[in-house]
Amino acid sequence: MDIKVKSKKQKAASREQKVDHIQPSSFTPHPSLLKATLAIVQKDLAAEFRSFELVSAMLVFSLLVIIIFNFALELDIEVRKAVNAGVLWATFAFAGTLGLNRSMAVEKDRGCMDGLLLAPVDRSAIYFGKAISNLVFMLVVEAIVLPVYSVLYNVNLFRLDLLGVILLGSIGYTAVGTLLSTMSAQTRTREILLPILLFPVVMPVLLASVKASSGLLAGAGIVEIATPLNILIVYDVIFIAAAFMAFDFVVEE
Amino acid sequence: MIEVKTLVKRFGYKTILRGLDFSVEPGEFVALLGPNGAGKTTFLRILSSLSRPSLGTVKVAGHPLPDQAAQVRAKLGVVSHLPLLYPDLSAEENLRFYGRMYGIGDMEARIHEVLKMVDLEHRRKDLVRTFSRGMQQRLAIGRAVIHDPEVMLFDEPYTGLDQDASEMLDDVLRSVAAKGRTVVMTSHDLARAEELATRFDILSRGVITASISKKELKQTNLLAFYKQALTE
Repeated sequence: MDIKVKSKKQKAASREQKVDHIQPSSFTPHPSLLKATLAIVQKDLAAEFRSFELVSAMLVFSLLVIIIFNFALELDIEVRKAVNAGVLWATFAFAGTLGLNRSMAVEKDRGCMDGLLLAPVDRSAIYFGKAISNLVFMLVVEAIVLPVYSVLYNVNLFRLDLLGVILLGSIGYTAVGTLLSTMSAQTRTREILLPILLFPVVMPVLLASVKASSGLLAGAGIVEIATPLNILIVYDVIFIAAAFMAFDFVVEE
Repeated sequence: MIEVKTLVKRFGYKTILRGLDFSVEPGEFVALLGPNGAGKTTFLRILSSLSRPSLGTVKVAGHPLPDQAAQVRAKLGVVSHLPLLYPDLSAEENLRFYGRMYGIGDMEARIHEVLKMVDLEHRRKDLVRTFSRGMQQRLAIGRAVIHDPEVMLFDEPYTGLDQDASEMLDDVLRSVAAKGRTVVMTSHDLARAEELATRFDILSRGVITASISKKELKQTNLLAFYKQALTE
């Protein structure tokens, strides 16, 4: 017993000795918005690369949805052509809510959101960092789902104009989704609350994306889909600006 | 270093803090004691700029809250019963991330120093999810001191720790205080608080009901003082 106590004291003494060597570090108290945003994005990507929890859940869900629709629509080519864009965006939208929920749950459950809020950075950096991470996860899932969809539905989705529409739609979706998932993450019923909050707000983006995508898949050119495309661009800008302004109030207790 | 006057915090119709006055001198180690629901965590959240006061004035390190919250956050380190760490990142990756968020210059040297301080250098490459609760809490302290803050807030840091882990945390807390930092710690562990702190404030029903310094405490004991303060 005596020996044990002595060894603990020795340990403590050696730790205090180590502490004496610590010198205050030089640091700039306010890292820029860009640096803080990049730090959050890199942190999210590194954590996801390790666990693969978020992307795998989104991916499995997306593949299940397109396979179920594939069986439901059977072999009717005309029906398939008509619903391609709808099925595709329904898949992305529902898979996206899974990702958004998970992305914010990671921050909330272990108090990491408080850790982010305690940093002396502009809180918009937290929003942009999380939104960019969510967008990257969504694009990764889309990049895997698109070839599978092309094979199952026998449709060529690898067209630059269509990929551009998918990118714009995804930006709008994650811009507003990140803000609303931050709000819903603070409640006990976040899994239920997020789709209830998100889908009515994101409807203009989804409708414009479906319109633009179905037009392109039906052989229309950029000029013919100019209206939904413009709506998509305008909503992207509005949603990013609104979320940027509202984020501080959303995270404030 | 910390100056709080007539602080009121309401959540809807419920008033948690009722005109609380509190001040801490530089280098003081204050243990904030009180029963569950007294408002200790709410008070620390306001001091750390995570929550806005409903009424009253709060100054930390010379900066008023919430107006100069970013300046306060740059001088503040916070440790709660949650580790605020990412389980899928290693110990050094967690510190590097928080270091970047605080704009630390010589990052690698600082990570090395902090890991040495919390005695986790040998586990620097290991994922935090493989750490015991005690190791996570030590790393949480490392995270909180990465930017060498002037003021440290500890909210129930001993929650969920076993005897050995608590003793190791004692050493780390002593070393944090030995650097001349101002420390405010909430705890239910009176024995630990008595050993570490230089002043003891009792928070009950949203106000500080009693305060005693370590010197004054020699005439009585903390448990008796605590019980008396709660019954008054």
